[in-house]
Amino acid sequence: MTVIEARGLRKAFGATIALDGVNLRVEEGRILGLIGPNGAGKSTALNAILGLTPYQGELKVLGRDPWSERDQLMRDVCFIADVAVLPRWMRVSQALDYLAGVHPRFDRAKAEGFLAKTDIRHTSKVRELSKGMVTQLHLALVMAIDAKLLVLDEPTLGLDILYRKQFYDSLLNDYFDRTRTIVITTHQVEDVQHVLTDLMFINRGHIVLDCSMEEFESRYLEVTVHPEQLAAARELMPIHERQVLGRSIVLFDLKTIRPDRQQLAALGDTRTPGIADLFVAMLAGQSGNYAGAKQGVAL
Amino acid sequence: MNTQSRNESFDAQPIAPTVMQATRPFYWSVRRELWENRSIYIAPLAVTAVTLFGYMIASIGRALSLSDLAQRRTVLEEPLTFAMGVIMAIAFIVAIFYSLDALHGERRDRSILFWKSLPVSDLTTVLSKASVPLLILPLFAFVLTVVTQFIMLLLSTLVLRGSGFSAATLWTQSGLLPMSLVLLYHLVTVHILWHAPIYGWLILVSGWARRAAFLWAVVPPVAVCIVEKIAFNTTHFAALLQDRFTGGPEASTMPGRFPINPMMLTHLSPGRFLTAPGLWIGLAVAAAFFVAAAQQRRYRGPI
Repeated sequence: MTVIEARGLRKAFGATIALDGVNLRVEEGRILGLIGPNGAGKSTALNAILGLTPYQGELKVLGRDPWSERDQLMRDVCFIADVAVLPRWMRVSQALDYLAGVHPRFDRAKAEGFLAKTDIRHTSKVRELSKGMVTQLHLALVMAIDAKLLVLDEPTLGLDILYRKQFYDSLLNDYFDRTRTIVITTHQVEDVQHVLTDLMFINRGHIVLDCSMEEFESRYLEVTVHPEQLAAARELMPIHERQVLGRSIVLFDLKTIRPDRQQLAALGDTRTPGIADLFVAMLAGQSGNYAGAKQGVAL
Repeated sequence: MNTQSRNESFDAQPIAPTVMQATRPFYWSVRRELWENRSIYIAPLAVTAVTLFGYMIASIGRALSLSDLAQRRTVLEEPLTFAMGVIMAIAFIVAIFYSLDALHGERRDRSILFWKSLPVSDLTTVLSKASVPLLILPLFAFVLTVVTQFIMLLLSTLVLRGSGFSAATLWTQSGLLPMSLVLLYHLVTVHILWHAPIYGWLILVSGWARRAAFLWAVVPPVAVCIVEKIAFNTTHFAALLQDRFTGGPEASTMPGRFPINPMMLTHLSPGRFLTAPGLWIGLAVAAAFFVAAAQQRRYRGPI
């Protein structure tokens, strides 16, 4: 079953084109990572999917037009737009009351069960909670909603590694099953590499990569080249090369070049690249002005 | 994603059935407003408490120092009108400030993204916010006024007891019941129906002004008045605004001084009020403002 389908999705803000004819399709039971630099169009795409912004082109979420049917769609779609959107004046108990009041698919007992595992008290106001706890609260609320699609836009921004790990752990263990679909955008790609089932790169309003994680793992290979093999490695036309601690790490796209894994293994130590490394490689290849990205900084 | 099911049909999938009544999101949205804006009830309550306190200290003290019974009664009855005026005024002020922030606050603190993640339509949200100045505050002011006046009369009875003055006369002559009816009529006709477009305008402005909502609410109408005066040397728009603020055909129904004139009730003219074109034009304008506010909330994200 298709959860999201977009054909020729376009959105311009004045002269800036945020989405330039995007086609995408997300099937049920997938966890899609939408990865892109700032201003690539990620948030615009998500906003269009969530019915927060009008757009041109064709877009269906659960078979419906999100712009004209947002309020109905939100019975089956949940989103965490940002870490800091829960109203600061609200008490935890009020948030539970309100959701139970307006949402036909909210299971209050379930939310209370999730909250019991945290240090969040029902009498606390959101403004009294730490950033990590606010995210825990929002996740508890969202996971208690029996939705078909969950959209997470930078859900862990500004959280420490413990909260981030806990966030994705509970998402996978307590929430995700094969009937749900999750779309995540994040800059902390290392956190989600083992969470995703599908990967999509977006840059300047275009989808530049769209593959499943199985495809990703079989298609891309990173080799830490023995110094004496460097010339040989370069002859095989890697898509990217970077220096780490004086050694060259080269990235190959096995779909476009001939050599197989055995040949590459002879050049040095091989491993599956990180999503971030591939992203940097593809963007550095696309546009010359990503000099900073070549250093391998986190996206 | 781009796998086998490319050719699968992609019809609208059933949305979760609505097992809840359509009014539930509205009800909870109104409660939400009261949670967030506690000044809606705290400000009138505080003013009432101060008024009652002042009444006990000043009026009763003064009354006890007077020997003439008629004077004593006047001193005790005058504050009833004053209390009503004060409570209505504070409710009006709270309504104005609430409306100017109604759709602004949620954008400023980004919580609009949370509210929009829930199955509540923009129109429901706008109407729940509109119900605060148009329903909650007038009715709360009414209840507070009646309770305050009741307490004041009760205290007067205690003071006048034993002074030879019949407390029963005080209760019957002051006419708490007719006065309350007139007040209710005044609130419904003027503060709710006649003022509706004012709150519609304020809530609409609160939605699109990025900052200084008060200026955006005030400057355009004033500018229209000035332009009209310069261009045509007329003041129709200013007169229209004045008529709207002062209450139109039923402006004079504000209950007057205690003891109330029993004829007051017969002076009410609901027939004339309901047939006044200004009422219906005003309500249509208010409805247009609310629909426009709901429409623009669709387009609005955080500031």
